[in-house]
Amino acid sequence: MLRLVLVGTSHHHAPLELRERVALDREHGAALAARLANGGGEAVCLSTCNRTELYVAADDIDAAEQAAVAALAELEPDVEPALYRLHDHAAALHLFRVAAGLDSLVPGEGEIVGQVRAAHDAGTTGPLLDRVFRQALHAGRKVRAQTAIGETPASVSSAAAALAEQVFGDLAGRSILLVGAGKISEQAAKHLLSRHARIAFVANRTLDHAADLADRFGAEPLPLDRLEEQLASADVVVSSTRAPGYVLDASMVQRALQQRRGRQLLLIDLAVPRDLDPAIHELDGCYLYDIDDLQAIVTETLVGRRGETERAEAIVAVESEKFREWHASLEIVPAIASLRARAEEIREAELRKAEGVLARLDESQRSAVEAITTQIVNKLLHLPTVRMKQAAAAADGVIYADAVRHLFGLGEDER
Amino acid sequence: MAELLFWPALLLYGEAAVGYFGYVRRSGTPGRAAIWGVRLGWLAQTALLVVQATSEDGFPWGTWAGSLNLFVWLVVTVYLGVRRPYRLVGLAVMPLAAVLLVIARAGGGTGIGTRSQYSNAFLVLHVGLVLVAFAGFTLAAALSAFYLWQERRLKRREVTILRRPAPSLATLDGLAARAVMFSLPALTLGLAVGLVRLFADGERVDALVAATVATWFVWAAYLVLRTTRGWTGRRAAYVALVGFALVIIIRLALPATHFA
Repeated sequence: MLRLVLVGTSHHHAPLELRERVALDREHGAALAARLANGGGEAVCLSTCNRTELYVAADDIDAAEQAAVAALAELEPDVEPALYRLHDHAAALHLFRVAAGLDSLVPGEGEIVGQVRAAHDAGTTGPLLDRVFRQALHAGRKVRAQTAIGETPASVSSAAAALAEQVFGDLAGRSILLVGAGKISEQAAKHLLSRHARIAFVANRTLDHAADLADRFGAEPLPLDRLEEQLASADVVVSSTRAPGYVLDASMVQRALQQRRGRQLLLIDLAVPRDLDPAIHELDGCYLYDIDDLQAIVTETLVGRRGETERAEAIVAVESEKFREWHASLEIVPAIASLRARAEEIREAELRKAEGVLARLDESQRSAVEAITTQIVNKLLHLPTVRMKQAAAAADGVIYADAVRHLFGLGEDER
Repeated sequence: MAELLFWPALLLYGEAAVGYFGYVRRSGTPGRAAIWGVRLGWLAQTALLVVQATSEDGFPWGTWAGSLNLFVWLVVTVYLGVRRPYRLVGLAVMPLAAVLLVIARAGGGTGIGTRSQYSNAFLVLHVGLVLVAFAGFTLAAALSAFYLWQERRLKRREVTILRRPAPSLATLDGLAARAVMFSLPALTLGLAVGLVRLFADGERVDALVAATVATWFVWAAYLVLRTTRGWTGRRAAYVALVGFALVIIIRLALPATHFA
């Protein structure tokens, strides 16, 4: 029977320097999987920034594990002590947890589902790996649909974008004014852009730097002294400069508000020391959040995510149990099939023996005999079949299968 | 029969109200239970109204309590229409619906045999339009109350703001304005029909008419100030709550002024 082996390493076991040496892009991952599958087998390579894992389905579990370890050690010999090795149900449960985002650095992060799907698509799969990956993806989707684990932002810049949605709803076409042209501004801008906002202006003390960033976003560069002019048209201001004092004070914003006809203004201050006068928050229609406010929100959302993990783990446990039952049934299926084949063989042989008597019957009477004998066989085998499946789910499958083979002499003809 | 339908409607609306309170604390099951409470409660109340309509020769919601029953149904209907993206608005709508339904029952508006002496056509047009408008105003007020709540959360920089997200300020404000834009013409027409009838019969303006006209002015001011003076957001929300206070006064504090 095919068994499942997992060999891999992740952020829990290996530092970044080690992980990056065994990381594989899609093409190389697919090639490695094909090599491990070795003709008729099955293998999938899941490689992300947090993990590189090899899933192999094989009859000889030890050989498959050794081959997987050797493949990773070939990439980086030092990785071996950091490798974990899981088999069958434990390997499946691990994959289900990975797909649900429960093994991620930030619980519930959403990218992993796509990465698991891509690994499955690129892998060399057969009945076992196809089943376990499909069920893992199903578990991942179910966790996201039935819990709030992936609904909240996990970084300060994504929290800023999510806050903008709390004020404006759909950000499509909303105008963003970036103050400062550094990495932090750029990061926040990317999150806002991903929600279809428009980076309209980039203001900076050095106009050249503003122009560089503005070019990338199709925005207009501004010197800092023209900042106030554009306040009236912006919906969100994101500020991250190294200025020693405030680049925007409450009176400047107050003047801009008169031209805004009641439109709300969200101001995000990512700078330390702060760029935006805290008094701005007191103005009607203005909402100012600094780095501490955003950090507090992110911390709270992460607490929320962790709170949801219990529910997510329960969903994953149910799904992985279904897989375990399915996998266990594979042990018993050949025995059941042999038993049924043997019974059918006996039935047909007995009917042939009675051919002389049966020949005197008309067509409908012969059909009735066929039906009755088939029904007797089915009824006799129904309960043993059900019991064997139950035994397989309870991990006694092999004992039952052997007992059935022995009692009914299944497979003795071949010996 | 009416009795058999009233209790399920009330219990389900009450369950929905409790469900929405639970939903604020934790997403998932309470929210789903609340939605089903609204849906099934609405079906029960619809059946109640059908029973009332088929059991009467004339317009069955002519009394203040009967019209209140119809009004609750309209409010819940409008809410069901906009619910999908703004589920949490139910937190304001459903407790109100449950309370008003209890008041309607106390006034005999959920039973059978409360026919008014006015003609059907007049009542359908006048009462129907005014109640539709009031239902729209109720929704606008619920959205405005939500706006103030959400704005308060943003101003207080509540750390749970993203863990328990609510509809955005712009969405709540815009939707409230649309509800008023839809409801004000209905009130205008309903009021005009009533005034024509009033003057044709040579009757005098009573407190209910005066309060309804005042309500019309407040909601008209809501739209005028919004378009001409940029009164959106918090200020518009306060005007909406004043308008809603008048609606509640008309519905509850001025009973039986026109209707027998």
